[in-house]
Amino acid sequence: MEFNENFILGCSAIGAGLAVIAGIGPGVGQGIAAGYGASAVGRNPGAQGKIMSTMLLGQAVAETTGLYGLLIAMLLLFVKPFTN
Amino acid sequence: MTPNLLLSGADGVDFMIHGIFKYSLFGHEVWITTSHVCLLIVVVCLLIFFFVGGQVFKHAKAVPGYFQCALEFAVEFLDGITEGAMGAKGKGFRNYIGTLFIFILFSNISGLLGLRPPTADYGVTLPLGLITFSLIRINEVRFNSPWAIWKDKCSPLPPWLPIWLPINIIGDCAVPVSLSLRLFANILSGTVMMALVYGLLSKIAYAWPAALHVYFDLFSGAIQTYVFCMLTVTYIGSAIGDNEETVFQRLFKKKNTEKTA
Repeated sequence: MEFNENFILGCSAIGAGLAVIAGIGPGVGQGIAAGYGASAVGRNPGAQGKIMSTMLLGQAVAETTGLYGLLIAMLLLFVKPFTN
Repeated sequence: MTPNLLLSGADGVDFMIHGIFKYSLFGHEVWITTSHVCLLIVVVCLLIFFFVGGQVFKHAKAVPGYFQCALEFAVEFLDGITEGAMGAKGKGFRNYIGTLFIFILFSNISGLLGLRPPTADYGVTLPLGLITFSLIRINEVRFNSPWAIWKDKCSPLPPWLPIWLPINIIGDCAVPVSLSLRLFANILSGTVMMALVYGLLSKIAYAWPAALHVYFDLFSGAIQTYVFCMLTVTYIGSAIGDNEETVFQRLFKKKNTEKTA
């Protein structure tokens, strides 16, 4: 079945928008990590440097799933895999 | 005509890799692209930096100047990354981790100088991930006996029931992909953001995008560099495990003790 190219591009844009919803998860996760990091600093202010680096490492790992969604969105918008 | 829905009317938005020079290699069409050029510029800058640094260290003074101070701090920091996560075993990996760190850092912050960061090209980050992957696997084989590796690969279940084996292998193979995609996507998202700001808001984009540069290029780039190196060190460290000596050393030692006994 042949589709109009504009139709495919519009659907790709909708798909890209849906893919970026993946950003919710990392946002929540990073917020939780930052909250626990802050409470850890409150309990033990001397270990701030170590807590900071551990928190940033965990946050960066948690960010990966959101970035996968972003990559899918970018592929849909700019590489346009479904058009000829 | 290919209508570009989102960016209609914005001619200045451009963050793609462009081909510069085309040649054919064994019948394949191969391009020299802008990321090659940016990579070359970064590497030349690094070479000059290392040459100057080497000269400074050759004539090192007891009371260090500014540059020597900064270099000593950098070397101490890079050694601290490896030895903090791996202990004394990390000694052999300091060179690789240090090189990796400086290279990725310079690549990431080259966006400040108007280059397209080379790490925003998956062809640059995937090899870095593959080097890390081969280091992990080689060191696993070097430090663990085959039986220990097999037991580890079947780990939640007993070794005579390898149902979990394929899942563990898939998890191992996902390491380089996730490492490289994380770096690539972070830097690419920064690049796209800056391209959108400069392309769509070109009439009012004076001075204030500098704040965005600080976040997307400096902060994000430095964090991702640190994360890449820390994860590499952690993965290698967990592949080595608690063993202090390689398998060969242990075998050799056993034979020697048998002979003396």
